[in-house]
Order: sequence, then C-alpha cells, then structure tokens
Amino acid sequence: MLDLTTTYLGLKLKNPLVASASPLSKKVESARQLEDAGVSAIVMYSLFEEQIIQESLKLHRDLTRGTESYAEAISYLPDYGTYSIGPESYLEHLNKIKSAMNIPIIGSLNGVSTGGWVEYARKIEQAGADALELNLYFLATDPELSSAELEASHISLVKDIRQQVSIPIAVKLSPFYSSLPHFARQLVNAGANGLVLFNRFYQPDFDLDELEVVPNLVLSNSNELRLPLRWIAILYGRVQADFALTSGVHTASDVIKAMMAGARVAMVASEFLQRGIGRASEILADVQHWMEEHEYASIQQMQGSMSQQAVAEPAAFERANYMRALSSY
Amino acid sequence: MARQMVTLDGNEATAYIAHKLSEVIAIYPITPSSTMGELADEWSAQGVKNLWGTVPLVIEMQSEGGAAGSVHGALQTGSLTTTFTASQGLLLMIPNMFKIAGELTPTVFHVSARSLAAQGLSIFGDHSDVMAARSTGWALLASNSVQEAQDMALIAHAATLEARVPFVHFFDGFRTSHEVNKIERVSDEDIRAMIDDNLVRAHRQRGLTPDRPVIRGTAQNPDVYFQARETVNPFYKACPDIVQKYMDRFGEISGRQYHLFDYVGAPDAERVIVLMGSGAETAAETALYLAEKGEKVGVVKVHLYRPFSVSHFLQALPATVRTLAVLDRTKEPGAAGEPLYQDVVTAINEGLAEGSVPYTQFADRPYPRIIGGRYGLSSKEFTPAMVKGVFDELLKAEPKNHFTIGIIDDVSHTSLDYDPSFHIEAPETVRCVFWGLGADGTVGANKNSIKIIGEETDNYAQGYFVYDSKKSGSVTISFLRFGPKHIRAPYLIGQANFVACHQFSFLERYDVLKYAMPGAVFLLNSTYGPDEVWDHLSRETQESILSKQLKFYVIDAYEVAQKTGMGGRINTIMQTCFFAISGVLPREQAIEEIKKAIKKTYGKRGEAVVRQNFEAVDSTLANLYEVKVPGQITSNLTRRAAVPAEAPEFVRQVLGAMIAGEGDSLPVSALPADGTFPTATTRWEKRNITLEIPVWESDLCIQCGKCVFVCPHAVIREKVYPAEYLASAPEGWEAVEARWKEFPNLKYTLAVAPEDCTGCGLCVEACPAKDKSQVGRKAINMAPQPPIREREAVKWDYFLSIPEVDRTQFSVRSVKNSSLLEPLFEFSGACAGCGETPYLKLLSQLFGDRIVIANATGCSSIYGGNLPTTPWAKNKEGRGPAWSNSLFEDNAEFGLGMRLTLDKQSEFARELLPKFASIVGEQLVEDILKADQSSEEGILAQRKRVAELKQRLQSVDNEEARHLVSIADNLVRKSVWIIGGDGWAYDIGYGGLDHVLASGRNVKVLVLDTEVYSNTGGQASKATPRAAVARFAANGKSMPKKDLGMIAMAYGYVYVARIAMGASDQQTLNAFLEADAYDGPALIIAYSHCINHGYDLRKGLEQQKLAVASGVWPLYRFNPDLAAQGKNPLVIDSKAPSVPIEQYAYNETRYRMLLHSNEQRAEMLIKQAQQDVERRWKLYQQMASMHYDGEADAS
Repeated sequence: MLDLTTTYLGLKLKNPLVASASPLSKKVESARQLEDAGVSAIVMYSLFEEQIIQESLKLHRDLTRGTESYAEAISYLPDYGTYSIGPESYLEHLNKIKSAMNIPIIGSLNGVSTGGWVEYARKIEQAGADALELNLYFLATDPELSSAELEASHISLVKDIRQQVSIPIAVKLSPFYSSLPHFARQLVNAGANGLVLFNRFYQPDFDLDELEVVPNLVLSNSNELRLPLRWIAILYGRVQADFALTSGVHTASDVIKAMMAGARVAMVASEFLQRGIGRASEILADVQHWMEEHEYASIQQMQGSMSQQAVAEPAAFERANYMRALSSY
Repeated sequence: MARQMVTLDGNEATAYIAHKLSEVIAIYPITPSSTMGELADEWSAQGVKNLWGTVPLVIEMQSEGGAAGSVHGALQTGSLTTTFTASQGLLLMIPNMFKIAGELTPTVFHVSARSLAAQGLSIFGDHSDVMAARSTGWALLASNSVQEAQDMALIAHAATLEARVPFVHFFDGFRTSHEVNKIERVSDEDIRAMIDDNLVRAHRQRGLTPDRPVIRGTAQNPDVYFQARETVNPFYKACPDIVQKYMDRFGEISGRQYHLFDYVGAPDAERVIVLMGSGAETAAETALYLAEKGEKVGVVKVHLYRPFSVSHFLQALPATVRTLAVLDRTKEPGAAGEPLYQDVVTAINEGLAEGSVPYTQFADRPYPRIIGGRYGLSSKEFTPAMVKGVFDELLKAEPKNHFTIGIIDDVSHTSLDYDPSFHIEAPETVRCVFWGLGADGTVGANKNSIKIIGEETDNYAQGYFVYDSKKSGSVTISFLRFGPKHIRAPYLIGQANFVACHQFSFLERYDVLKYAMPGAVFLLNSTYGPDEVWDHLSRETQESILSKQLKFYVIDAYEVAQKTGMGGRINTIMQTCFFAISGVLPREQAIEEIKKAIKKTYGKRGEAVVRQNFEAVDSTLANLYEVKVPGQITSNLTRRAAVPAEAPEFVRQVLGAMIAGEGDSLPVSALPADGTFPTATTRWEKRNITLEIPVWESDLCIQCGKCVFVCPHAVIREKVYPAEYLASAPEGWEAVEARWKEFPNLKYTLAVAPEDCTGCGLCVEACPAKDKSQVGRKAINMAPQPPIREREAVKWDYFLSIPEVDRTQFSVRSVKNSSLLEPLFEFSGACAGCGETPYLKLLSQLFGDRIVIANATGCSSIYGGNLPTTPWAKNKEGRGPAWSNSLFEDNAEFGLGMRLTLDKQSEFARELLPKFASIVGEQLVEDILKADQSSEEGILAQRKRVAELKQRLQSVDNEEARHLVSIADNLVRKSVWIIGGDGWAYDIGYGGLDHVLASGRNVKVLVLDTEVYSNTGGQASKATPRAAVARFAANGKSMPKKDLGMIAMAYGYVYVARIAMGASDQQTLNAFLEADAYDGPALIIAYSHCINHGYDLRKGLEQQKLAVASGVWPLYRFNPDLAAQGKNPLVIDSKAPSVPIEQYAYNETRYRMLLHSNEQRAEMLIKQAQQDVERRWKLYQQMASMHYDGEADAS
C-alpha cells in the first residue's frame, strides 16, 4: 500500500497535492470539486488589504461624486445601509468553505499596514483557517529603501503576527532576495513554520499599438518549476521549515520533483485553471503509478532525496549547473 | 417616554408616515418630491415594515399618469395606497383624481408643491400645482413646516379613512421639502393610536373582488349623472369636522394641537393676514413679534384648504379684524383674484350675510376690508420684512388690492414697498452662512453639522441649501441656524454671525459678506496665509471686513486635503474649522462629535474612509489662523463684472444680474413677457471652474479632430486659415501647416477656451498622438489653468476672430472634417465630462443653422435652457438652432407639431410661389421649386434664391405676396430634431414617440440614453440595464433594458441607429448624416455616459468602448433606404461580443455596489445580463443576415 501522506505546517495531509491561492477558492462549489478531485488542502485566494482600502475609497468617491451640487439631484445613487467592503466577506467565505469541507483550509493574506496585517491575520484565524499563508507581495521601487531595511520590516512583521495568532504560518516569498537562505532562516526564527516558493509576479506588458503598459496574466508552465525546485533543494536541511513548492507544477513528474527537492507539498493553480479541476485526480494517479513503477513506498521516502545535501554533486545546484548548460551546446 | 428628536427634511418626515401607513406605493420621479419615492423604495428594499408588519410594495411607473392609474386600481381593490408628486406631475394625475374622489376612496397623495411650467419651467416651490387640482374634489391639507409635514401626513392618512374623501397633503417644495429641521418623531404607538383598523377593513371591504362582485366606473346619462354627483355632499360636509377630530386626537397624543385654521397674534388684532404653507410660519412669527410691540396684528394659518369650512374660518378670525390681506402663493391670470383670496371673500360675505360672525362694527369700516396678493412664486423669498410690508399696507385707508410682495413690479405696479432691513431674528439663535462649490462637499458637511447639533445637543437646528442651476462647478450657499428654541424661520439668513467662504475665487465674483452682521466671524479657505491674504482681497471685501469689524480666519483647506488624501473634498476640514471658531459647541466636544459623525456616516463605506477623514480633522486646527486685520483698505483689486462690458445690453443688464446672484432685484420690466430669450449667451458667462485645462502640443498633433469631436463643452476648436492671420496673432500663438488636401497652403490652429473649460480631460483621453520619446506626453495634455488663463484667453478671443471654414468646400463625412465645423452649442452647464453634450454639439455643427429643436424636460433641457445663460448659439449670419421645451411627456408630439408647421408653410409657399412667377421671374420660381437641397451647397443656393425672392416681393402690394414673404424661409430645407433622455423616450413619452415615429413624418429623434433619469438623480427607467443599481431599483434592476431600437425597426420605415461616440466616432457621424438625409422618421439612440454611473467620467470613452466590446451596446444602423434598394436595411457596425460583461460593468459603481451589498444577487443578475447580451446579439445577427430581394444570392 502506497503512503501518499505528508505533513505541512503541522497539518497531516493525505497527499502532497495542494491547491494554491487562485480564483477556484472563491466558490464553495469549485472548492468542493477540488476536494473531490483529491487535493489535500486548499490555500484560499488572498485577502488584499490594499484592495480593501482602494475599494472603500473608490466607493466613497463614486457615491460622493457630484452630490450636494444640484437641486434636482442631491445625490446620484441609492446609498445602502452597509457594504461588505472590509475583510468580512472574505472571512465569511473562508468560514463557509471551512465548514463545507473536510480538508484543511489555509488562509492567505497580503497586507499593507502593520496594523492591517496583524488584525486581518487574527480575523483569518478566528474565521477557522487551519493555517495562514502570508503573501509578501511587495515590489521595491524606491532607491532609498535598502534590501536590509526591507527584509528587516518583513521579519518584524512575521514576529508581530506570530505573537498574535496560534495557527501555523507560512510565508510566501518572491525569488528576488539577494541572500535567500539567510533571509529564509530569519523568517523561520521570527516564527514562520513554512516557506512557500515562489510568488509569481504578473509582469505588465507593452501594447505597441496603443503605446500603453497593460496587465498581462500568463499562467505558469512546467518550465517555471526549475527556480523553486532549485531553491528548495538548496534550502532543504539548512532552514528548518516546511517547504511548499508553487509555480510550474503541472504534472505528476513536477510533484515528484518537488518532493525530491524537499518540499512537503506541491501547489497547483494554473493547471487546474487551464485544464480543469479533474487534473488533480489524474496527477495523483500518475504519482501513484510512478511510485509503483519505481517502487517507492511513501512520499516521505522521497522528500529531500534530491536536495543539495542529499545529492552526490551538490555543486550541480550552484555553478556546475551553469557550466553544464554551456557545455551542452 | 420622550419621543425621538430627529433632524431631517420635509420629504423624509412625510415619507416616514406614508410608508408606515401604506400597502402599495406607486411612484414616479419629479423634483422636489422624488426623495419621498426614493426613500419609500429604499426602505422597502431594506425590508422596513409598515404599521401592520408587512413591507409596502413599491412600484415605479412610467409617468405620474401611470402612477395615478395604478394607485386608482390598488385603491379599488382595497389596498392602502399612496403616491408622491409635484407640479405637472400632479396635473397628470388630475383625471384619476376626479375618479378617485368621485368613488369616495380614501387615500393620500403627498405633494411637495411646486411651480407649474408657464413662461418657463421652475423646479421651485409655490402652490400653483395644488391650486390647479382644487376642483378634483380632494381635500387639500397644508403643512407649514417640517414638523407639520410629518404631523399633517399622519392626520391626513387618519382622516381620509373616516371621511372617505381623498387627501392631497402638501407642503412647500424645497422650502419645506428640503429644509432640514429638528423635529419630534411620532412613535409607532402614536401612529397606532391615530389609525382605526375598522376603517382600514371597511376600505378593504369596499374593494372589488369576484367574491362580492360589483361594478364601478359606469357611464351615466343625463337622467342621473347630476343627481349622482350630488350624492357626495354629506361626505364633504362632514370632512372638516373629521379632520378637526383627528387634529384633536393628535393634539392629545403629541401635545401639538392643530386646527383647520390656526390664528396667531394679538387677540384684538385689526389687521390680519391669511395664508398657508411655509410663509404662514414667517407671517405668524412676524405677527407675534409685532404684537409683542403692541401692534394689533395677527395671522390665520390655513391647514385644511379644501373642503373649505366657512364656519371654522370665521371662528378663527378675531372679531376685531378691520382689514385682511389674503396671500396666495400662486397666480391665476385673468381671475377675479387668486383662489384663497376668493375663498376668504366668499366666506366673509357669507358670514356677514348670514350674520354668523359678530364682527366689531367700526364706524369707518362696518365690515372687514379684504385685499389679496401674491408672494413667493417659485420659492421667491418671503421674509418678515415682506410680512411687515403687508401689515403696513393694511394700515392704509385704501390698501392696494391684487398686489405682489417681494418683487418690483414696474409694469403693472402691483408690488408693495417694504423695508428689507426689518429683522425679527432671536438674538440667541446662531446664524451661519457657508459659500461652497458643489464638488467640495460643503453642503454635506453642513448637513452633518446640523445632525451633530440637532441630535447630540439640546439645541434646535435648521438648514436650508441654495444651489445654482449648473451641473458642473455649481455654487452652493448653506444657511444654518442653531438655537435653544424651535426654529420657525423658513427664509434665508440676512444677518449671519458666521460666514464661511470655501472658495477664494468667489470673492472675485460675489458679495460674499453681504450676509455678515457686524462683529461676525469670517472664515476663508485661502492659499494665502494669514500674513499675506489681506493684500489679495478686493477693496469691497476689505471694506466689508473693516466696516463690519469681522473676526477673520483663514485656512488652506486644499493643502490639508491634499496631504490627507481627501483630494478636492474639503468638507471635513471646513466643518472642523467651523466648530473650532464659531463657538457653537466647546471645541473638544465638537471634535469628538465630528469624529462620531464621520464614523456613523462613512463607517459603512469602510474603515479607510473613516481613517482618512479622521486624519483630516486632526490636521486641520494646526492650519487654522486668525488674520490680524489692518486698519485700512489697501487693495486696488475690485470685484469682477459678471459679464464683460462688450456683451449685449440685455446680457449685461439682465443676465449679468442673474449671474451675479442679484436676479431678485430685477424688476418685472426687465424680463420678456412671453418667455422668449436670446440664444448664444453662455459665451458671456466666464465661469473659470477648473484648475486644469488642456494645452495643445502642436509638434505632436496629427489634426485628427478627435479631441474637438468629444469635447462636451465645445471649448476645444480648430480652424484652418490663411497665413496672413499670423501677422496679428497674439503672443504665444501657435500654428502648423494644415493637413487637408482641400486646404493647401493654409495654417492650422487648435484652441482652448480657458475660462469655459470644465477640466474633464476627455480630450486627453481621446487624443491618439503620443510623443515617441515620452509616450505619456500627448498632443493635448492637462496643465494648471491659473498661470496661463490670461494668455490663453487672449488667444481664444483671437481664434474666434478668424473666419470659419467655408462649409461648401469640403465633405463633412469624416470625423476629421466635421470637427472643423463651427459648433452652435457651447459652454453648457452640464457635468464635466458629460456624455450627452458631444452629440448635441455634433448635431449643431452638422445642421445647426437649419434646425428647430423640441427638447424633452430633463438634463438636456436644463443645461440647454436653464437661465441665466443658454448654450445654443448662432453663427455669424445669425442662424442657429431654435429651441424649445414643452413638457416631459409630450416632446415627440411637440416636435411633430413643429414639423407640421414647417411642412404646411412650405407647402403653402410652394402653392403661392407660381402665382408670382411673372413678377419674380419664371426661372427663379422653377429653381426654387426644383431645388436639390441634399447638400450644403444646395441649401446655401436655395437660401440665396429665397432671399432674392423676398427681395423681389418687397415691392408687391398684395396680401398673398406678404404671406409668401412671411413663410418663404420654409422653402429652405429645415430639420426638426426631437431630443430627450431615456426617461422621456422609453417611459413617459414613449406612447407619443411611438405615434410620431409611426406617422412617417420627417422628424429626427435623438435619445440621449444614460439609462436612468439623470436629471432627477438617477431613477431607473426602462432603459436601465439588468443588474444595474439605480434609484427605484435599489437592489439592482431585475428586468433587461427595453430594446427601443428593435421596436422602432419593426415599423420598417423608421431609420434607426444605435451609436456610442467613444466606441466609434465615425459610425456616430454616419448615423447623424444618414438620419438627417432620410426622408422620413429617424431615431438615434446614443450611449451617454453619465455621472449617475458612478465613475470618473474622464474614462467615459473607454467605458463606451467596453460597452460595445462586451455586446452591452451593439452598434448598428437600420436604413430603410437600403431596403428600398433591395438590400438588408440592418448593418451591424460592431464586432461580436469579445469581453465578458463584468469587464465593462464592474468599472461602474452602479453595478459594482451591488457586489458589496448583495453579492449573490449581483452574480445572478450579471449572469442573466450576459445571457441578454448573447441572446440579443444572435437576434441582430440573424436580422442582419436575412436575404433581401435585391441582394445577390449567397449560394
């Protein structure tokens, strides 16, 4: 009997396939389909504090625009008693999903202010999340802001949140840190139980006809697996955290690679969005098939088996990797 | 238990009772009553229940006539039913009102009484509408204040059930409907105690049901109709006593005792004024003031005007009365006197004849002398000074009858003189006046202050707000009173303790400090600090500050707003300043209360809004400074003239006074007797309402004309002209080579009217030309106005002096070319970025010198025809659109009538013309009769021929010749354009529109479709799309938008186009040209983005693109001429829907807000809306692909 179980953030999961933050968690129906298809946990779509602030200010601006200016139209839109603009609707939804399902639900948060991060983290915990993923989406554009300052603020933030919530915390990182292992270790010391590698930044595009900068949402492909794969392999054993690999997981091979690099779970979104939620059961079946074929008994057996510390040639993850690529041409 | 004290306006006070006591409410928007319907709809949407524990069913109808019909039906089947209306809306209900009364049906219509449109429309208050309904057999019950609006509403609902006489409960539009006052709210128990459920059940029992069938509404013949009409007399006889009974019961419950006629004043008064409405409060307060000083004066306040109880009236009058003045807030031209006056004369005569009232018999006057007068029409101020003027008149041996008070009538000399400096304000009342800009939030902040003081302290509070008639850059003046006693002062403040000016520029244009009393506090929002501001004030302002010894404070509110993220909203900042320096409340308490109010008001919109406002409050006080006023006038600046000296005399003398806010001082003789005004007057009103204007970058410009095309205010224009004009061009003038093959060797300049621009930015959005090295720089960009205003104004004037392009020298069939045409619609007061006006401007460019416009009431009639200045203009030949507004509901018919005149007179002219062939020449006659007028050249040639004809006929001494001269201009082709919004076309005017289109007559209809009743604040129409939130559709509209175009296409012979300028300017242009060319009825439905949609209108063009791309607004043209050629008449001009509807809809708050309030419903409706789009697209596609006889067989 194959053992697909794994643990992530202290949560016992039936397999390593986790649905990462995506629109699929916006509906109870699709979340339930994910569970039915076999995923072992769901990371909720992110609660964006900045979005709440902007939405709130926009609504206020739009409801106020032109009012009290003209005798026949003192205002232009009916004003409801209440609006669900704060985190309430997110929290209610999280609670609803949690109640509707048996697998663990991991809340996801992107804050702006320290107060916002901490307050919303607490509320996500209260709403029933089994764990919390902190989505540190921050694009540093200010030349006056040093990387040390930025890292220090993030570490301080994790400490603050750690003090306020008791559920496990994972930090979702971008790949753009100059010394990722050092920063990762500090995050763990600050209280992070897990690290999620990596956040995908949507890169804007240029519209050459209109000469405008336009958003361009491109879903991932398996090639993107390499970057988190490499870094998890490097960090595994050096930083005492549960790793989750996200970005580029589309097939059973990708899941197995993630495990071998040292991830506890492999997170999937693009594949489900592109090819349907049913892909979860196919991937899991393929994983089992591969394990059977290659006589693996458990997932845990393979976790970290190809991490930098475990392989014969650790340098393969560093410069040698580059050299080999060059020599192949 | 003490009852709740609330601060609210008369509309809300009334609607509260109406909603409590109704089961069915049929509504239709009309100012100033719309708020009542809106509140009823919102309360029902929120599940608020009536007295009997069920939520009233609220339905919007297509017109007031429709509302009255539905009310009639609901009443006939036994529901407690009500409606709200005003003005012409009440008139549309009159046919049903006769029926409802004839059938002895209990109901109450709540009317915020408003002027009737006569020589001009007015949205303001008087009793013309109610008086027009006085023969319907309805009881007319007047409320004189906000408190009474609630109380009388309840008394009316209670009394009608017993009396079985239907009631109009009315109060003064705006003065009461919009006045905010602190009142005692009646509790549910109070209401319960007033309503007899047995009477409710009796009403139900009379309802029609097949279980107890009866028939009503029979047709009666001469044998019985008369007698049957007399059957109701006992009910009318009993009605006054029933009303008094409920007034007494109400008095016991609430402590406020009312009578049918309430007398106030000296018990031995010899001079008495009789009146009703808010003016009665003013008159009563004045009478009390004078009586205290020993004058024998009094006032009879009329509450129950119909049925008029002679006995109650006579009992109310003091026996000592010698002279009576009866004041009517209405005008009945040609009558022996106004209605109330006539009733009073009749009552006293009857009383005297019957000896039922023992008047004191004075030796010189054995019975009272009665005079009648008019006051307060269209919310004209009615002040204690005017009341005193009337009392003074009554002292005269021969007082003037049929007088007017409050105006200067130098034509018929009806007006009474009075001393305007007479005041009765109580010294303990704090009086404050705030000048604000609509967009700065001043009125909202003041309403908040009233709530704070009214509801958080023991003080009473009153607020009234005056707005100008512009929809962009409007000036607001708020009048607030606070005091320990109930405030009964329904008139503006003349002597304020506190004056605030929230916009520095107002001091350049208005006498802001005319309201300040000596020693008052003056607060100014100024970019100049306390040490420098003095030198930037005009002499007049300095003089006022010094002579009145004002305490002067300044704050740079915009800087504080900028720093705290408030943008242009300085409301919270100025409110904080007010509380800090007015002394109305202790400063700390005031700050705390402001923050509480912020939390209460904005908390539901999210914490971020609250935080932002808190920051603004906290940052304010450190930036508030008292100015050390120098002891003398130092300024050389003087206030700017309202209009320039070179303006025509009428503009200077009459319109200029209105612009300056001095219109009240204009005498009767200054105004046209028949409502006819000159056009092209907005050009004289330089409003300077924006801080940013577009600036042309000539090196980048590709001369596409798109910025000109989309400009809603015609402030961006272009010309091609000979180089010789460069020689005398002013400094900074820019010109490039014109890029037109038709105009070789000419120069091109794009100009901006700096003082007329509203700063909407649509031009910048439309500009396709970008700097290749810096794509953020376009060929037109916004730049701060103040530093370049003078220079650009000089350039603009020079630009106007350059001749217009010769229209016959090029084709107008491209956007680029059409933008060269002179606009004859300019500088309207429409919203900045208005989506309607670009279409009107285009219309004026293409056909402006030969069109007559019938304009339905609505936004376009307000920015198109609201005084003081109007935007429809003239070209240098003096030609331009002739414009008129009839009503809301009849615009299509009104336009058809215009067409009939043109057709008839043209026909008559053609009949007469051959008779003069021998005199004017056979060739000329033939040329005129056979003229091809399908082009600009053809029309111009015909104009010349007609001018020649008239010249040759001048010498003919013959009646027929004179007739021909008088109508010969109609031999030149003219178009009738019928213009209005969707409220008119889809709803109230639809029946007429349908008939007019069906007539086949050559009329052109332009529907400016904003998908709501824009002018009255965004009520849903049948054009409102599914899933959008609007007033009267507070939970999102459930039903899809009516497909007006499809209905019109069904006739087969109506040209129909659906256009959206932002999505395809060329298709828009094509549609206008084809519609005008088509010899038959044409209908253009134009997507018009609107402030009601809830987003920054700068993005309006982008939203139009998305509306089309999502399939929400498919573009098409249906041209019956093609069918005549054997081709499919329908051409779809847009591509298949390519983006989901959410991508379009959720950019707009009207859709998005439902997501925040009821996400599930929002999702359901948007899904259905998507299905609507897909279904309609398929249908159009099938129609457009139908095979017509003349087309080649596709197979």
